[in-house]
Amino acid sequence: MSASVLYVVTILLLAFSYARNREKTVQALKKAWKSFEGILPQFLAILMLVGLMLAVVDASVISRLLGSESGVMGMAIAAAIGSVTLIPGFIAFPLAASLLAAGAGYGQTAMFLTTLMMVGVVTLPLETTYFGRRLALKRNLLAFLYAVVSSFLLGALL
Amino acid sequence: MMKTLLQRYRMFLLLFAVNIALLFLQPSTGWKALSLTGDNVMEMLSFLPPIFVLLGLLDVWVDRETMMKYMGDRSGMRGMLLAFLLGSAAAGPLYAAFPMAGVMMRKGAGMLNVFIFIGAWSTTKIPLIMFETATLGFRFMIMRLLFNMAGIILIAVILARDTSSMPTQAD
Repeated sequence: MSASVLYVVTILLLAFSYARNREKTVQALKKAWKSFEGILPQFLAILMLVGLMLAVVDASVISRLLGSESGVMGMAIAAAIGSVTLIPGFIAFPLAASLLAAGAGYGQTAMFLTTLMMVGVVTLPLETTYFGRRLALKRNLLAFLYAVVSSFLLGALL
Repeated sequence: MMKTLLQRYRMFLLLFAVNIALLFLQPSTGWKALSLTGDNVMEMLSFLPPIFVLLGLLDVWVDRETMMKYMGDRSGMRGMLLAFLLGSAAAGPLYAAFPMAGVMMRKGAGMLNVFIFIGAWSTTKIPLIMFETATLGFRFMIMRLLFNMAGIILIAVILARDTSSMPTQAD
């Protein structure tokens, strides 16, 4: 759904750009291809790694680990799984909903979602190429700490 | 040429070999991993091309002065708001935001705004919020959203302070 909006916007802008200046548009497309091809090896390696990981730790394993009364241990497992894996939103939210239905706490569910979105261990090498190691590590660390604090708060409040 | 290509893709090839080995050792897990990777690659290919085209357009049309004016260190509230809206309107997982952030930094956007953009992209994307409401309920969504907005700004402020003490590198 959001991808089609993205395509429409991109095509419109591209057409507009082409009408204004052909050379610049061709140059833009060349740059687009160059940066895409430059980062492709990393993307593919990341996705391959994620595929292998999720084949072992699948939805049923996750929901068993984060099930009812998993408590602080459940929080820790949720944080670990969320930080390391990379699951698209359209899979993560239904999974989170089924976690809640299976008896996982709000805290564990929020922890899983927040770390999933903000912390990326497998994408760290990619992040490092743009921000440098120090900043990339620091951003992930801060995001992780924030996820822990906010999830405990949320778990207590809801 | 051939050698550098192999070198660049060595990590991918290594993991691919592991997956092939897994197909023989534990066929069901191996196939599952392969199909998951296939799904993810398809997902990636569905939204990455337009993002990179937008990146290219941004690169050739928006010059340094414009970027600095709207999102530079002195852009204030307007810059922050713009960064927030840009990130929230995005599509695709967080790793797609990094190349975008790279171009923004190169063009002179302030680090605070770059990290607000990254934070918004990771958690306050509009389609994602609607989806979260549908699957997890409004109360859960709004609580997480409010917390996250505070968290995004907090993290961005800390990271920006960290970079301002470093010499700015020009590349």
